[in-house]
Amino acid sequence: MSAPILELRDVEAGYGPFRALFGVSLVVGAGEAVALVGANGAGKTTLARVASGLLAPSAGSVHIDGSETDQGSLSAWRFVQAGVMHAPEGRSVFATLSVQDNLALSFQRAFGRAGLADALDRAYELFPRLGERRGQMAGTLSGGEQRMLSLARVLVESPRLLIADELSLGLAPMVVDQVFETLSHIRATGTALLIVEQQVGHALELCDRAAVLEHGLITWHGPTNEAGAVLESRLFETGATR
Amino acid sequence: MILASGFFEDLFRGLLQGTPPGAVYALIALGFVLTYKTSGVFNLAFGAQAYISAAMYFKAHSVWGWPKWAALLVSVFVLAPLVGLVLERAIFRHLRTASAVSKLVVTIGLSVALPEIFNWAARFSAVAGRQITGIVPDGAGVYYDPFGVYRFNRDELAMMAVALAGTLLLAALFRFTMMGLSMRAVVESPRMTELSGINANRVSAFAWALSSTFAGMAGVLIAPRFNSLSSGDYFTLVIIAVAAAATGLLVSLPRALLGGLGLGWFIAVFNTFLPGLADDHTWLRPFQENLTPSLPFVVLFAILVLWRAVGRQREASDPLAGVDPPPPALAALERHPKLTLFTRLFGVFFVTVVGLVVWFRADVLWMSLVTKAVIIALIYLSVTVITGMGGQISLCQGTFAAIGGFTVFQMADRFNMSVLAAALIGAALAAVVGALLSLPVLRLGGVWLAIATLAFAFFFDAVMVKFSWVGGGSTALLTGTQVPRPLIGPIDFASDRAFLVLAVVALVVVSVVVIQLREGTIGRTLAALRGSEVAAASIGISAARARIVAFAVSAAIAGLGGALLAMHQQNVNYALNFAPVVALFWLVVVVALGARTVEGAIQAGAAFALFEPLILQGELLGWIVRGEERLPEFFPLSGNWRLILFGLMAMQFARHPEGLVEHGKRRSATRINRWLESREARA
Repeated sequence: MSAPILELRDVEAGYGPFRALFGVSLVVGAGEAVALVGANGAGKTTLARVASGLLAPSAGSVHIDGSETDQGSLSAWRFVQAGVMHAPEGRSVFATLSVQDNLALSFQRAFGRAGLADALDRAYELFPRLGERRGQMAGTLSGGEQRMLSLARVLVESPRLLIADELSLGLAPMVVDQVFETLSHIRATGTALLIVEQQVGHALELCDRAAVLEHGLITWHGPTNEAGAVLESRLFETGATR
Repeated sequence: MILASGFFEDLFRGLLQGTPPGAVYALIALGFVLTYKTSGVFNLAFGAQAYISAAMYFKAHSVWGWPKWAALLVSVFVLAPLVGLVLERAIFRHLRTASAVSKLVVTIGLSVALPEIFNWAARFSAVAGRQITGIVPDGAGVYYDPFGVYRFNRDELAMMAVALAGTLLLAALFRFTMMGLSMRAVVESPRMTELSGINANRVSAFAWALSSTFAGMAGVLIAPRFNSLSSGDYFTLVIIAVAAAATGLLVSLPRALLGGLGLGWFIAVFNTFLPGLADDHTWLRPFQENLTPSLPFVVLFAILVLWRAVGRQREASDPLAGVDPPPPALAALERHPKLTLFTRLFGVFFVTVVGLVVWFRADVLWMSLVTKAVIIALIYLSVTVITGMGGQISLCQGTFAAIGGFTVFQMADRFNMSVLAAALIGAALAAVVGALLSLPVLRLGGVWLAIATLAFAFFFDAVMVKFSWVGGGSTALLTGTQVPRPLIGPIDFASDRAFLVLAVVALVVVSVVVIQLREGTIGRTLAALRGSEVAAASIGISAARARIVAFAVSAAIAGLGGALLAMHQQNVNYALNFAPVVALFWLVVVVALGARTVEGAIQAGAAFALFEPLILQGELLGWIVRGEERLPEFFPLSGNWRLILFGLMAMQFARHPEGLVEHGKRRSATRINRWLESREARA
């Protein structure tokens, strides 16, 4: 079997004096889809940041295609060039650039000048709202539209591995359905997924495996069809202790 | 009819006359906009970068006798980008996600240090009266007179052509190339740019090399306009060009070009017509004499204050700022109680020892230096209030201090008033000026506030000081702005020791006031505003009132300090003590050492007043090795080292924005805490 696209080994990470992850190991193989679930503050976003090269782990290592990333010169753009893309949570757009420029920044690198127009068309097809506002400054879009923009960037590119942090946050239910439809579509074309999601139902439907993160540790890890029961018992537990 | 044609001819000539200086402003404004757009840095060191290339060009062409093209190649296309790359790698890369205000502080430090470093490294010194020759052959000698009213020389034409071509080229770069887009993206969020698969470091290195080249080009082209090269002239030019850049909100290149030209035209037309009007109306004459040199600053101030869009512009924040660790709390809040006790005891011990040594052993010179340090520390507390607590950069603290000093001088000179009472009046007057100034400028955020206050400082320097009811006019020229020492009943503060006691008492009182202010409602309101203005507003906190109070209190403290300094030196010594550039120096020293604490201000005061005699002159080392004759030969060090070290300090600030003193305290507190804990664990 070939090496997995992404592997985290005993990763510890945090911000300044604050620790968020305490020795997390996780593997995402080619074409695989993994859902990462956990309560608020469990460390999901930190894990996504480490997995995409935004945040350097303070201990442990991150491997891409079996080779360890150099932590001295760690930078997200190397991850992107290796095919690992990250859609961060929240309004992750360039507020002072137009919608079109936001997209072009990614697309021109991925598809070249020749493929740019085609890629833009696909993005506007996916989210017609963005097409209507292509000349507008991204900072003036509504919250949901900004989410669409940052998603369009990664969905159109269909990288080898897509790390998506809180995709559905701030989107209307209908748009959420559409986003997950697109995700399953690019999954079918071979993109691996690492999905951090509060909308557990949608995420489990899409993924083969799930990992439960609690207080910076992975406490359960297994196929999604077993995850439902596990989550329910855990949710029940937390409810009972209240 | 004749009058009308004369009017239009005058107007036309004025416009043509204003075009070359307008092109100068435009060139610098373009470079300034370029730097801001591609690095997010409000680069006040732009003038210093331009100066370096101009000086290099002069050295290569006029001193070494190189041909012009070779000198141009080395100074503009090799040295300038190199400087840009070094600055990016050593300083600004680490500051990419820092606030615009901390970047501004670093560039102020660089604007002082860079020319000094170059002059020292290249053994360059400007020769007065020896002008730089322009890059075109016989640039100053060949004239063209296309309209028969004003003659342009070749240097001026070259300058205008480069400004125009630069605008077109840069606009094309931003509009049509991926690099232009990437540069704008990096400014907003380097991390997001990396998530798009672009190497942000390489982009910002390119941006700095490019803007630095532009600075060098501007520097060389402008140089023939000056009698001799001085970095101060370049700095002033940048301040003026900011007005032009502001008309394009710092991002529009065509508007920066037009803004620069417009500024040149406005000033030239103004100068064409005002003298004529002043001949007819004598009451205009003092304005004409005083206003003309400061016109650019007045225009800058007016644009910043009157043009609403400038105030509304906000920095776009990095959506991924959360990846950075949060700023740590003050060390004093976290350390072990035993350590706090020990630090306090040691502080008392140290101050006592220094006090005793100064009291019993110091000679007149040292007594005076220590007094100066105490007073400067008091003035620095005004920076603690406005910058440390209010989070805003004011670059006119020197002006407030000067108001205090001049008030004492005027009151004593005209009304024979007690100087202590006059000092209080001076502080009150400074507070009023501070509050009035804060009304229009507080609307402006961050760097704009800093620039508006700087414009005010330059305006005061160029206009107000010249009035006899401020700076003393012609009497001051003859006898100086003399200020007597105070006298309370039997105590005569003419004695240096007594005056030192007075200064220390004043410092203690002001320190207590500042600490009370920080712990009180105003302090907490300011802390909340520093965190988030929107969040503060949503729980009903009014930004305006707290900030006006902070500005007024800060101005009052500076005014009191200025009055004391004038009494101490028995002279206001405006140019030496309170000129705008001196106040820039103050700000960087305080902010770099620590603007948030009272100790920071006191240490900064000591550093400012005592560093040169104590360290550079070798007094301390001489005392340690017992005898000045045993000092190494290179003592005393040149005072220029002070400027270079000052620049290095600003660069250190880039790494430790909480202040060097605070950084050191935190590091030692962490270590000692660990040690104490391990001891307790063993016990």
